[in-house]
Amino acid sequence: MIKFEQVSKVYTDGFKAVDSVNFEVPEGEFLVLIGPSGSGKSTTMKMINRMIPHTNGTISIDGTDIKKLNPSELRRNIGYVIQQIGLFPHYTIEKNIAIVPELKGWDKEKIKTRVRELLKMVDLDPDIYASRYPKELSGGQQQRVGVARALASDPRVLLMDEPFGALDPITRDQLQDQIISLQRKLKKTIVFVTHDMDEALKLGDRIAIMKDGNLLQIDTPEKILLEPASTFVEDFIGKDRIIQNPELMPVVSVMTTKVVTSVLDRSPEKALLKMRQEKITSLIIEDEQDDTFVGLISAYELIKKVSSIQSIEEILIVPEHTLTDKASAKDAIMMMPNVKYGVIPVLNEAKKVVGIVTRGTLLTALSSQWTELEGINE
Amino acid sequence: MNNLNIWEQFMQQAEMRWSEVIEATSVHIQLVFFSMLIAIVLGIGLGILITRVPQLSTVVLGGAGIMQTIPSLALLGFMIPIFGIGVNTAIAALFLYSLLPIIRNTYTGIKDVNKATVEAAKGMGMTSLQVLLKVELPLAIPMIMAGVRTAAVINVGTATLAAFIGAGGLGDFIFLGITRGIDGLILLGAIPAAMLAIILEIFFTYLERWTTPEGLK
Repeated sequence: MIKFEQVSKVYTDGFKAVDSVNFEVPEGEFLVLIGPSGSGKSTTMKMINRMIPHTNGTISIDGTDIKKLNPSELRRNIGYVIQQIGLFPHYTIEKNIAIVPELKGWDKEKIKTRVRELLKMVDLDPDIYASRYPKELSGGQQQRVGVARALASDPRVLLMDEPFGALDPITRDQLQDQIISLQRKLKKTIVFVTHDMDEALKLGDRIAIMKDGNLLQIDTPEKILLEPASTFVEDFIGKDRIIQNPELMPVVSVMTTKVVTSVLDRSPEKALLKMRQEKITSLIIEDEQDDTFVGLISAYELIKKVSSIQSIEEILIVPEHTLTDKASAKDAIMMMPNVKYGVIPVLNEAKKVVGIVTRGTLLTALSSQWTELEGINE
Repeated sequence: MNNLNIWEQFMQQAEMRWSEVIEATSVHIQLVFFSMLIAIVLGIGLGILITRVPQLSTVVLGGAGIMQTIPSLALLGFMIPIFGIGVNTAIAALFLYSLLPIIRNTYTGIKDVNKATVEAAKGMGMTSLQVLLKVELPLAIPMIMAGVRTAAVINVGTATLAAFIGAGGLGDFIFLGITRGIDGLILLGAIPAAMLAIILEIFFTYLERWTTPEGLK
């Protein structure tokens, strides 16, 4: 929907704020631009609504070159939220939200209904807040109004320039959650600038990392964490990021593929021998015909009952808890306390076991992240 | 007559010349009114202009500043060759004299509007004119009004000097009082002029409060 082709911003003194950037934002995507200060992330964003004119290349929205559009007209169709909020102090909250609809010449009744709807959407009671002035609101409330104002005329594109950067951590967290739920409902195309990696990981469908006017990597949060394109990206996201964000870590990275399987049709003695040989505490049972997952046998149960049972089928456990190979490490961590015998089988689409997560594998995977960290600090 | 004290002199003069006082006051008000009117229109206009064309700001502010440094009586004198003797000259000189506070306050008032508010206004698709009329001017109003008030009060005082170039006004009595050595006559000009200044001050203070947008109070 938004497309950058070889876009540069070169100032008259020769300084290249943005250097031949190429990327595309599909409709409905939440793209986060991130980078250290001076990386050109804000400039890149502000070129989209021509607040900063680009000097080379083409930026197009829905295939239309934005240079061919009237700047005011263009901006009225793009929501714009800035860090300093920028509410009009001499307008009531209602009038502030109504600015773009009024510029577009909506009729009064329609604007009034829309304002109420928007205030409710950002969790502000219209009966209380509509007639207030910005200075009577807290910073967090003001930025809620800022977001409502940007959404007023229902633009398809939303530009947000570090919108939560000036808020306290708790308010910031609340507003991030709110923007996530709003985005889920409204499906806007959002370009969001931040310098906070946690914010980027939390909000972005994709994250674009910039440095010195160059786009270094644009990828999903998972990809950025697991496959950073350069050492700068790696350093920038920080090694400990992955431990703090286990939801971004695939479960396959915390499981072991060393799985010992067996069919049901095996004598208890033989099964116990096998488990002793392999030094394992649980045996995965697969279907004879198609190798799909059937259940598991616990070594503890087996030792207790080995002489009293005819077949291992009698002590077969069909676990309530299994994970798919698309799950995250966080899912495994959350599930582990409820799991009997401490084993979570990980199944692929064909219901075959691709690995198991145990407390041991979780610990090993997470602690290896820590030791890597230590290594860097030295 | 000289053995009367100053208050008795003043009462006597007031009784004798009250109709002249009323007329002089009305001339005085006209001098102030017309010079201020032109100064407000041009001053605000120039003030806005130099926020749009920053290259002009030094010239305009410097020029208006120089006007202010010229002693008021000298400025009145300078105007005589151009406009001759009388009311026009006085209005022209008073206008020039009132310009600086208005230009400067308009300029600073607009410049001081929060950058974020202006950026948000532009970012929402307001044209440059809409930004000026809906954001910058309303938010600069308190500052502009303060400039107008300062100019008006100075103007009332300076207008008494218009009498020296034959433009009339309350300065006539002061002038006459000085030349004839009648202190009461000086007061007959000075007291109404001072009251006029106070009334203007109060009027503009209220106007300032009234024109300040609700959310800024």
